[in-house]
Amino acid sequence: MLEVKDLHVTVDGSEILKGLNLTVNPGEVHALMGPNGAGKSTLSAVIAGKDGYEVTSGEVLFEGKNLLEMEIEERALAGILLGFQYPVEIPGVKNIYLLKAALNAQRVARGEEEIPAPEFMKLVREQLSFMKMDGSFLQRAVNEGFSGGEKKRNEILQMLVLQPKLAMLDEIDSGLDIDAMKVVAEGINSLRNADRAILMVTHYQRLLEHIVPDRVHVLVDGRIAKSGGKELAHELEARGYEWVLEESAA
Amino acid sequence: MASQEMEELVQREYTQGFVTDIESDTVPPGLDENTIAFISNKKGEPEWMLEWRLEAYRQWLTMTTPSWAHLDYPPIDYQAISYYSAPKKQEDKPQSLDEVDPKLLETYEKLGIPLHERAALAGVAVDAVFDSVSVTTTFKEKLAEAGVIFCSISEAIREYPELVRQYLGSVVPQGDNYFAALNSAVFTDGSFVYVPEGVECPMELSTYFRINAANTGQFERTLIVCDKRAQVSYLEGCTAPQRDENQLHAAVVELVALEDAYIKYSTVQNWYPGDEDGKGGIYNFVTKRGDCRGDRSKISWTQVETGSAITWKYPSCMLRGKDSVGEFYSVAVTNGRQQADTGTKMIHIGEGTRSTIISKGIAAGRSDQAYRGLVKVGPRAKNARNFTQCDSLLIGDRCGAHTFPYQEIGNSSATVEHEATTSKIGEDQLFYCQSRGISEEDAVNMIVNGFCKDVFQELPMEFAVEAEALLNVTLEGAVG
Repeated sequence: MLEVKDLHVTVDGSEILKGLNLTVNPGEVHALMGPNGAGKSTLSAVIAGKDGYEVTSGEVLFEGKNLLEMEIEERALAGILLGFQYPVEIPGVKNIYLLKAALNAQRVARGEEEIPAPEFMKLVREQLSFMKMDGSFLQRAVNEGFSGGEKKRNEILQMLVLQPKLAMLDEIDSGLDIDAMKVVAEGINSLRNADRAILMVTHYQRLLEHIVPDRVHVLVDGRIAKSGGKELAHELEARGYEWVLEESAA
Repeated sequence: MASQEMEELVQREYTQGFVTDIESDTVPPGLDENTIAFISNKKGEPEWMLEWRLEAYRQWLTMTTPSWAHLDYPPIDYQAISYYSAPKKQEDKPQSLDEVDPKLLETYEKLGIPLHERAALAGVAVDAVFDSVSVTTTFKEKLAEAGVIFCSISEAIREYPELVRQYLGSVVPQGDNYFAALNSAVFTDGSFVYVPEGVECPMELSTYFRINAANTGQFERTLIVCDKRAQVSYLEGCTAPQRDENQLHAAVVELVALEDAYIKYSTVQNWYPGDEDGKGGIYNFVTKRGDCRGDRSKISWTQVETGSAITWKYPSCMLRGKDSVGEFYSVAVTNGRQQADTGTKMIHIGEGTRSTIISKGIAAGRSDQAYRGLVKVGPRAKNARNFTQCDSLLIGDRCGAHTFPYQEIGNSSATVEHEATTSKIGEDQLFYCQSRGISEEDAVNMIVNGFCKDVFQELPMEFAVEAEALLNVTLEGAVG
């Protein structure tokens, strides 16, 4: 589904990704781990199309299409959705309005009718209660005055409504207490199916206790230094990142 | 998104830029006492009115054009303007809609104001001013039942001279400022509203102004008087055809609220702004002032300013009555080469007076705008309160926004709060929306409308929808 080949990316003149390779297949959950500054968030930002990242070489294919030539919204409409570490506030724009606009953009892109209001409300209310969110969330401005946990739940709510093919989650566990973590993890687990891939960027093993990955990658200095199964995460938790660094230097 | 890309977005179409092909009766350009006598005569005015105009003219001759505004435009040649233009067939004023020139009605259709249907549907009474003449006033009878007078100012001068004489110039005196003096001398039409004691006007009143003829100025004069415990909501819309030369619009609006009266005045101003390079467009120099003359009276100004090449406009409130309330809610959008210097004045005179100012400025393209606001608390205004919030949103990096808040506080018991922010339209906000599959243009509209929400919710329903749509058209291509 997603193929990243020898990707080199610079930000403000300094190279952050230095030849990254990654293949993600449908149905798989990948965890991208690594020390701070290794380039974890850069990868998801480049895939989503954020400005300010210069791809100097390499390619990113999504279902065989060259992602790097696509506009931000085209990537989203193709089925890629990024859950933000720090979702931005949009004053005056109701959460429900954004959700509906996003869902309708998808439907129109697929050549479908816009969703009728009652059907939309039913869909949203179901997912809302699944995420243990109050109905008032919908009427509040997007992320405005949301607590850290509320913001993260809201990101997952969007995923549940928009049903992406590739869900990318950037440090979705940061700033969550244990109860919120469980709700968020349940939301993500409910997204798992044979057609969907999930790519999680995380710093800590604790998220992976709730969402068990198929593959774990360690990103060090702009490259994937080591890949393995879920047991790799435990090893990292126990031994830190140093040994991977040493191993890859050797 | 790169800022030069944003610049490309400065493509906009002015959809009201058509010209109606109607024979009009226009005086040759130029201004002297004869021109004024001509206008007064055309309007069939009484002698006192002509005298009043001439007094204003003589004052105007001694005045100079104000230069303090943050605006840049060449001197206006007042002798090159025609001060009276009327559609020819309107010479004999129509008695009913059936007698109105179909081409005129077509113009209003194009503007989205079908006089009969829409007005009827919305329950809005419309007075439409086309160049210098008020074309028709709908719903006159229904209003008359309630005792509300709603007619053109010319008609009011003839039919209700005592009311007009009592209130005209009582809020904005003839010599108030350069443009008000000019208006007082040459005003050609506008609306008059009188709501008698204890009457809540049964429908929203509305005026649409349109400048059609070339080389003409539009100088309308509006006077609204709400007697004790009376209420009215008044809507004003403005458009003009697309022309290469600049046209002058110098209006005066006076509001008088007596004891416990409430006047809500909403404007959607969409005069032609000129093209991308700043050619053509309306020069909009307007004096709007409300007088909360009675205790517990309230005047609320809501404006959405998207048009005009130059806007110079400060709807103000004189808070004279005890516990009277003034409000100003404004959205000003500039694009291309537009310049706007707009804001308000809240003059607290009476005890316990309160005012609220919410100003939202959005600048795109190479436009420049300023918020200029004065909050003045007089020595007798014990416990006066003001809250001011000015937010500016910049789109691209070739536009400018400036805030000039002035405060003159003459009473130590007053509470005056001021908050101001200036932000660039958030790239993070755009990215967030786009990464949800929403196109850049829709994302901009969404963010800008969200930014203006505090003001839009003050507008009457049907106007709010119009304002939102207008905003989207104005900013079409402002990011790209």
